[in-house]
Amino acid sequence: MAEIEFREAIRDALAEELERDERVVVFGEDVAAAGGVFVTTPGLFEKFGPERVFDTPISELALAGAAFGSAVCGLRPVIEIMFGDFLPLVMDSLVNQASKYFYISNEQASVPLVVRSAVGAGGRFGAIHSQSPVTWFQAVPGLKLVAPSTPSDAKALLKGAIRDDNPVLFLEHKRLYSLKEEVIGHGSEVIGLGSAAVRREGSDVTLVSVMKGVHDCLAAAELLASDGIDAEVIDLRTLRPLDRGAIAESLSKTNRLAAVEEGPRTGGWAGEVLAVAAEESLDDVDDLWRITTPEHPIPYSPTLEDAFLPGAEAIAASVRARLGVAAGRS
Amino acid sequence: MTRAQAAKPSAVPDREEALELYRRMLIIRRFEDTVQDLFLKGQVHGTTHLYSGQEAVAVGVCSVLAENDRVAGTYRGHGHALALGVEPQGLLDELLGRATGVCGGRAGSMNVIDLEHRLIGCFGIVGGSIAAATGAALALKREGGVAVAFFGDGATNQGYFHECLNFARVFRLPAVYVCENNLYGEFTPYEQVTAGEIRARAETLDISSQTIDGNDVFGVQAAAREAVDRARAGEGPCFIEALTYRYVGHSRSDPGRYRKPGELDEWRARDPLIRAREAIGDTAEVDRAVEAQIAQVIENALAAPFPSPDPDAREFKDG
Repeated sequence: MAEIEFREAIRDALAEELERDERVVVFGEDVAAAGGVFVTTPGLFEKFGPERVFDTPISELALAGAAFGSAVCGLRPVIEIMFGDFLPLVMDSLVNQASKYFYISNEQASVPLVVRSAVGAGGRFGAIHSQSPVTWFQAVPGLKLVAPSTPSDAKALLKGAIRDDNPVLFLEHKRLYSLKEEVIGHGSEVIGLGSAAVRREGSDVTLVSVMKGVHDCLAAAELLASDGIDAEVIDLRTLRPLDRGAIAESLSKTNRLAAVEEGPRTGGWAGEVLAVAAEESLDDVDDLWRITTPEHPIPYSPTLEDAFLPGAEAIAASVRARLGVAAGRS
Repeated sequence: MTRAQAAKPSAVPDREEALELYRRMLIIRRFEDTVQDLFLKGQVHGTTHLYSGQEAVAVGVCSVLAENDRVAGTYRGHGHALALGVEPQGLLDELLGRATGVCGGRAGSMNVIDLEHRLIGCFGIVGGSIAAATGAALALKREGGVAVAFFGDGATNQGYFHECLNFARVFRLPAVYVCENNLYGEFTPYEQVTAGEIRARAETLDISSQTIDGNDVFGVQAAAREAVDRARAGEGPCFIEALTYRYVGHSRSDPGRYRKPGELDEWRARDPLIRAREAIGDTAEVDRAVEAQIAQVIENALAAPFPSPDPDAREFKDG
């Protein structure tokens, strides 16, 4: 099977779900005629027409409100919020309405909507087009949070998100859009939300991340291998619900865990991972720590932004320091 | 029309239908009296926002809706719910936090949801009903349904109002936006915080708009019928500004000291129930029946069980 880009995986998932279920609709800013500013939706409008795929005003309150209300009344909307940094504008519909509906209605109905949004730094977009706003949403019961790292997962998880009866925030890292991969399972696989994946097996330390961070961890693991450190890499894939079992299982092998988050340390999801580790696996733990970004906004200048992000070198250096191993030992 | 103009008499439906509209308004009034009373006794918790005085708006509008239509109400939503036929028993039970409430005691006064009775929700965020109804209209467009949003004058200063009305007009959604202008956004006179005329905001979006006497249930019904028919026919959204007045404070903590002298009396003289009675004539039978019904509802509600804490309560449908 031919390799496809992450952005094509997104498009294929949308196309297949639009084809499969007529309740699915896709709308957002420039998603139809233009095919999406990150080229994730080309051809959908042409194939499914303006009732199923349409361009909206630049109007996030209306977009999210329309997604919520239509999901309550039988549609399965997938909306695109162009940059994750715009998500504060949809918070009321998502956090106050959609996520609480199932519970406060006494389970009369859930709200099957998906909000797709491009996130992540490294593109020189500056402080307010580069954030990965996971933790603004992680503390919201009733909302699922998906953060895929590969084209195969992006496709299978997006299909899973669309078929999920609950509101889902689906984050797409900008620096993964051009990542190519042969999509497994003939591309028809669907992954239910809430399970992590082991990307690399190892016995000395566990590196836990999502999205772009997974690739940085894998690169760091290669660097560490040359130092004689055998790192396991876990891709959480969804941040709510969190796969607590996967964290515990890995810790039982490695006894050391670093959570690598592209975001500030205070209140980040990495802290949640460490809390789970401490709560459930304290007997297995020799060390737990976080590798995150500094506590200031994301800078614009390439030199500043590159230094700001926890890349493979920084992750490897942190692991070496924590394990008391000098670089280039073997 | 302006507020100073006397309401022009509207076409009164036949006696049976007129009595039904009156009955629904009276149920709301007596229900709200009950809520106020139970609140003061500590039986209703948190806060309440009562619909007393505005009954003609919800009852008139909801009387023209079809089975596949949907409604989004506000945190002042008991009237919206009852006008749709939500059982007073289930609603009062909800307000008392009982297991038998329409949402099992999980929602409370401000967030009532009853899908069986076409109520997609009452929204505690000002303008939230506008968003919900706009989305509902997007879905209902496929099946010939119409979505109605009730909201107050205060919501017309929210982003939701401007964004959603634009959205609905652009996509010609079958939505009817009903602004209950009761003169005050919480404690503040609406003129003090609202630039220009409210109706003009909808008109400038090329949305068919009317300003009506919101205390005349028959007039509200006629205006709503016109708007709902237009929306259902695919002509896009409509906007109604219904001029009305709430008799009690914004919420429990508001004694209403901001009212202009004599204002409350003026509006009480235009009470929607009195005006309906004037048009209908004898309503004694309905009056007695509603009194008895609400008395029974109170008795049942106070005896209903409280929900037990549920350790298995779920956040997700598949959880």
